[in-house]
Amino acid sequence: MTPKLTNAQIAWRAAQDIADGAYVNLGIGFPEMVARFQPPGRQAIFHTENGILGFGGAPEPGAEDWDLINAGKKAVTLKPGTAFFHHADSFAMVRGGHLDVAILGAYQVAQNGDLANWSTGPKGVPAVGGAMDLVHGAKRVAVITDHVTKDGKPKLVQSCTLPLTGVGCVTRVYTSLAVVDVQDGRFVLREKLPAISLDDLQAVTGARLHLDGAVGDLVVPEL
Amino acid sequence: MDKRIPNLATAVAGIPDGATVMIGGFGGSGAPIELIHALIDRYLATGSPKGLTIINNNAGNGHVGIAALIEQGMVRKMVCSFPRSADPRVFTEKYLAGEIELELVPQGTLAERIRAGGAGIPAFYTPTSYGTDLARGKPVAEFDGRPYVQERWLKADFALIKAETGDHYGNLTYRMAARNFSPLMAMAAARTIAQVTQAVAPGGIDPEHVVTPGIFVSSIVEVANPAQEEVLNRADAHYPKVTA
Repeated sequence: MTPKLTNAQIAWRAAQDIADGAYVNLGIGFPEMVARFQPPGRQAIFHTENGILGFGGAPEPGAEDWDLINAGKKAVTLKPGTAFFHHADSFAMVRGGHLDVAILGAYQVAQNGDLANWSTGPKGVPAVGGAMDLVHGAKRVAVITDHVTKDGKPKLVQSCTLPLTGVGCVTRVYTSLAVVDVQDGRFVLREKLPAISLDDLQAVTGARLHLDGAVGDLVVPEL
Repeated sequence: MDKRIPNLATAVAGIPDGATVMIGGFGGSGAPIELIHALIDRYLATGSPKGLTIINNNAGNGHVGIAALIEQGMVRKMVCSFPRSADPRVFTEKYLAGEIELELVPQGTLAERIRAGGAGIPAFYTPTSYGTDLARGKPVAEFDGRPYVQERWLKADFALIKAETGDHYGNLTYRMAARNFSPLMAMAAARTIAQVTQAVAPGGIDPEHVVTPGIFVSSIVEVANPAQEEVLNRADAHYPKVTA
């Protein structure tokens, strides 16, 4: 079986690229895990769409205040310096170019940066939330994801077959196997697990991986 | 001037059949549960209001608040960004049965459409949803080399919101992230009814701390110990109460 990173390890790798003082939005679900792995000495300020900047982690069970929740409707906590604001201000922060990075999940990412992460098709009740807003405005829009779907199909593709969240918006993808940039309409491989060959990585990637200088080793601690 | 209303029933008495009603809240935070339940009480007693269009980020959770409003059959259409929740079955069943209409709006676009409605801006351009299914049929224009989608303002006949402190002039403060859509909805509705946890005389709120100025608020009604939707749902509450 091919080695691959756990979700926690993917989140750890994404966290290494967040600078001290960065304003960061983490998508609901898996991306929220990135907050746990801030490198020592760096402090990011987290934004949540429902109107909080600079909140802290989850409270102890039983200590929840349900007026103090994140976009995933999970309870969070106050920290010195927390700010509250209404929804129009919150999305002005998003669309207005004020966030340094947004880290989101994905169903598919295309080599031109198109992202599909809100709908798997016409069945059921459609729901979009802030996904289509978050892909516009942040200086970097990064994706964290398994490299392939549960049934082994590539998530990095030539063009998305699922409904789009945004066009040409993703700048970097952290996967369970590699770190890939989207640059000039193509995937550029930056790092890969040392244990996987370039050919094997290409075989589970739906579009050509281009090389631009040396490919780094994707080395992540046991977590 | 005194915008206080003596009770919840009086506060919601003027909402007619077919009205468009913005309801504050993001999930349970900021949900004006008592105002919504007063609307249900009136419907159960009089058969009105029905055929409502409800604007909220979500489409109800469990069997209280907006979910209960939908469960009673009072809602014709939901305008929201995320009609899912921990327990969305009331909306889901009606939607899949074709009994309720859904207008799905990206969350930031929903907020800005409401803000625009309150600010007298009939349309605006946003990058959000460009190139997606949700931009279908909407005008697109390029500004400084980037494509943007035209969105229209959103207004309502009524807004029902929850605030923390309100004075007799309708000046409001909110509690933590319960603020969310309420300051925008207060601006965008012809009549805004706020339930406040504490009503105070003018001067009781530091002018520096006012979040929603009273000009946007028609009436306030004091609900001293408001229910929290999340707490109700964790107790599997139903409204009106299910009798065994």
